Amino acid sequence: MFADYMINAWIATSLVAVAAGMVGFFVVVRGAAFAAHALPLGAFPGLAAAWLLGIAPWSLILAFAGLGAFGLARSGEKAPHHTATALWLVSMLALGNLLLSRMHAYSNAVFAVLFGEVLGVSNTQVLAVAAIVAVTVIAMALLYRPLLLSTLSPDLAAAAALPERRIATLFLLIVALVTSAALPLVGASIVFSLMVGPASAARLMTDRPGWALGLSVLLALSTVWSALALAYEADWPIGAFVGVMGAVWYGVGRIVRWQSGRLRRG
Amino acid sequence: MDQDALRVDGLFLSRSGRTVLSGVSFALAPGSFCGLIGVNGSGKTTLIRALLGLLPADAGGIEGAARGHRALGYVPQKIDADPYMPLRARDVVALGFDGHRYGLPLPSRRRRDRVAAMLAAVGADAFADRRLGDLSGGQQQRIFIAHALVREPQLLLLDEPLANLDMPSIAGIVSVLKRIARESGVTVLISSHDVNPLVGALDRVIYLAGGGAVSGRPDEVLRSGVLSRLYGHHIDVLRVHGRLVIVPAGETHPIAPDEPHVERLE
Repeated sequence: MFADYMINAWIATSLVAVAAGMVGFFVVVRGAAFAAHALPLGAFPGLAAAWLLGIAPWSLILAFAGLGAFGLARSGEKAPHHTATALWLVSMLALGNLLLSRMHAYSNAVFAVLFGEVLGVSNTQVLAVAAIVAVTVIAMALLYRPLLLSTLSPDLAAAAALPERRIATLFLLIVALVTSAALPLVGASIVFSLMVGPASAARLMTDRPGWALGLSVLLALSTVWSALALAYEADWPIGAFVGVMGAVWYGVGRIVRWQSGRLRRG
Repeated sequence: MDQDALRVDGLFLSRSGRTVLSGVSFALAPGSFCGLIGVNGSGKTTLIRALLGLLPADAGGIEGAARGHRALGYVPQKIDADPYMPLRARDVVALGFDGHRYGLPLPSRRRRDRVAAMLAAVGADAFADRRLGDLSGGQQQRIFIAHALVREPQLLLLDEPLANLDMPSIAGIVSVLKRIARESGVTVLISSHDVNPLVGALDRVIYLAGGGAVSGRPDEVLRSGVLSRLYGHHIDVLRVHGRLVIVPAGETHPIAPDEPHVERLE
């Protein structure tokens, strides 16, 4: 399972898990899960177009995800604006569908777009992922406290003279960035699960924001590592396991919180 | 050095093109405990946003020592963060200390001591390590007051902090605020649609109605003649069982929603 051709897969998925776990924490506590669902799927036509044109997918995915992030930031990422998010999502799926219908490689390619293709990651791909993840980690470290404050209350952030709207836009762009790194590996339909599943459990398991963020990264790492092992040993598609684990982590988190609540009450 | 903590002169404010305040003037003495009273929609929140520097004035000025976000503490009307957000009461107060700074928070003795001192000052020691979402409304309000005070502002602005609290919590919050104003010399401006829970504690009342304001000692302002001139029609100020009831002539319902408070008039 650690054969030469697997090494790149291990490195790339681990890097993506670190970024997804960090960003996912804020996705969950900001209530931006739906936006994080729409961005990867909204970037799906980018991947399809790249496939059709026979070029490296990164730039087109990033373009679509970035466009989506800007659009969502303008309409707002939270509940009252779910209509805009949903419409973006569906129109992008429609565009992707159109592009795929022009392709002749059909099912294999469609499958890879939606559910990821982790075996056979090239050295250039690993470098691109590493660069994106490095930018993400630095941006998250810089924005950590302002994001916490504006998540707690946009009013408090504004009163502390923070550019609250700009921070929200920047955050969605970071989500788009992580999306573009993760999408070709785990697939458009699974990125969401990797971003949200571990984080949603971690926030229930500890009361401290820093610990929850760290725990979210650890759970994301354990998810992709087990997914990769299963992909190698049992020939499971990596996306399938990552997708299911997201929901499993959420359930584990609920149980831990329920138990700790019982302990506290005696 | 300014004599007043804050001086508002002929202030005009509008919101979405509608003039909310037209020519409001008042001054707040340092260390005074002031109530901003008016029905819903009378411009209390608009005025507070202008004092915070979040809303530009159409005309008139705001002057005094308590200008700029460093000199102001703020408790917004509504904070609806994710109840599962992993954030202890202590973390919320720490975000008041340095939540506006970029970069990761390094361990700091000064921050830890300030946060502990503020938690003690608002009587929150007992629940300092509990998750914000697990606290009662009154407990959360104490934490947000500590958040607002931790950077030692000169003026503390609270937007309807007593709404939706039960009577013991209201009495507790008012006595904490009153003590802080007396002991640390912070000027407190607290808005409320109902004057009754505050009236025994206030040094000064600023009463908003019909786009204007009158200010003065409670016994100067809360009078039939004064409020009738402000509203432009006859207003009765009645004392019923030790409570103030403010009613326009010819209407059966009092202006301030009548909740069963037991605060006594001096």
